[in-house]
Amino acid sequence: MLEIKNIETYYDKVKVLNGISFIAEEGKITAILGNNGAGKSTALNTILGLIKNQPEKGTILFNNKPIHLKNTENLISLGIAYVPEGREVFEELTVKENLLVGAYLRKNKKVIEKDIQKMYDHFPVLKDRMNQFAGTLSGGEQQMLAIARALMSNPKLILMDEPSLGLSPLLVKEIFKIIETINKKGITILLVEQNANMAFQVAHNVYIMENGKFVLNGTSEELANNEDVKEIYFGVKEIESLKGYKRYKSKRTWR
Amino acid sequence: MIVQLLINSVVVGSIYALMGLAMSITYKASEIPNFAQGEMAMFSTYITFVLLNSYGLPFSIALIGTLIFAFLLGFIFEFVFLRRAKEPNLLGFIIITLGFQMILYGLAGWKWGSDQRTFSLPFSESEVIFRTDHFVLTEHNIASIIIAFAIMIGLYLLLQHTKLGLAMKASQQNVNAAKFNGIPTNRILGISFGISAIVGAIAGILVAPISTLDPSMMWDPLLKGFAAAVLGGMKSLPGVVIGGLLLGLIENLFGFYISLEFKSVVAFVIIMMVLFIKPSGLFEKHYVRKV
Repeated sequence: MLEIKNIETYYDKVKVLNGISFIAEEGKITAILGNNGAGKSTALNTILGLIKNQPEKGTILFNNKPIHLKNTENLISLGIAYVPEGREVFEELTVKENLLVGAYLRKNKKVIEKDIQKMYDHFPVLKDRMNQFAGTLSGGEQQMLAIARALMSNPKLILMDEPSLGLSPLLVKEIFKIIETINKKGITILLVEQNANMAFQVAHNVYIMENGKFVLNGTSEELANNEDVKEIYFGVKEIESLKGYKRYKSKRTWR
Repeated sequence: MIVQLLINSVVVGSIYALMGLAMSITYKASEIPNFAQGEMAMFSTYITFVLLNSYGLPFSIALIGTLIFAFLLGFIFEFVFLRRAKEPNLLGFIIITLGFQMILYGLAGWKWGSDQRTFSLPFSESEVIFRTDHFVLTEHNIASIIIAFAIMIGLYLLLQHTKLGLAMKASQQNVNAAKFNGIPTNRILGISFGISAIVGAIAGILVAPISTLDPSMMWDPLLKGFAAAVLGGMKSLPGVVIGGLLLGLIENLFGFYISLEFKSVVAFVIIMMVLFIKPSGLFEKHYVRKV
């Protein structure tokens, strides 16, 4: 569905993405994991065309049509939606208005109204607060609003940037449950995460990013059993040596 | 006498409010204080004048023509001048608006000369509708108040109940978020400039009969409108309206009871006081970004 080939993105003269390629398969959840500054968010922003005049090199295909260097506004009409890092809801618009903005490109008012009701059914918190300014919502509620807003455009693909950021463990679980439900309705999801635990639970395919490059990829089962991934992302201790102490720092096999 | 003062205050106050609104709409949309707003209004007023006097069109058609012209002027200003700015910063934008102001001022002086003309509308300043021992109410008074408030209500409806208004508000609050929800933010910005130019043009048409029609006629209303906007809070439209009315009132009371000579200085004393005490303006409220 979304195919990225050899993307290179620069911030001024700093190369942030070092030729990355990946595929987000239709109907699946693809997760990109990596630590801070690896370039995960940059990858999403590049796909969305939010970084001016980037990518410098490479192609981005959506349903086999090139979409790089298109205006962000035009991508939305193709069926791509975005749940940004840090929610970015419109703080001084009401919850309902936020949802209406999400449906900006759609014309049929009746269907939009119906969809808003659907969102209220999915997220009952939003219904209680429909006439409140979004800025007054709590972090978790804002995250739900951001997801609902993205759904309002009737997307085929949703890009999510750290939906678990700054939420309590319980809320994180709830958000990931929501992500799974959305996916079951046939919407493809590209998920950027730091919370490896949760990401491995929901994702079908996982890519691991370091320093602007993908170092490892595979299905989540494959990667969950990978020794390096276990150690670095799940904190599982390696087996100590026979003498009872660690003799050298283990090397990641991908370097 | 106090009634007469109140009437005059509301009339000039609503004109200040219109100019303030014009400034505020573009400021909210782009964070640029558009100092060409006054000259854009002046130029549009000249267009009305030409349509009325040279082409002999009826007022309604001349008005519609002017509003279309004003919209295009604002839209083109944003499209041709502001959007082309490379690696823009606020100072650069302000210089561009000042440059555009000078261009319009020069053009108007070249085309129509700097002589002061009289400008007559269907509602004149000399037609008295209502007169008592204490006050006089002219046609122009009533028309100004009605038109100004109609514009304010119109703006309110536009922003609160239309899709365009929603898109304008969304783009003002978070350009990136508006973009990835499919709002063509550049076009919306152009439209915002067009709408503010329309509001300004109406203020210009209302100002012309009570002062004169000449290229520098909008300097004073622009600065007062700016003062009103600062007083009420540049980013709060109701605040700007209240600021305008308040400024009109303070100015008239000051002029009558204290000193007529220093009447127009009051506005700037107020600006300074607001900047000292509550720089965000009296009515601006904002949600602090939660992290």
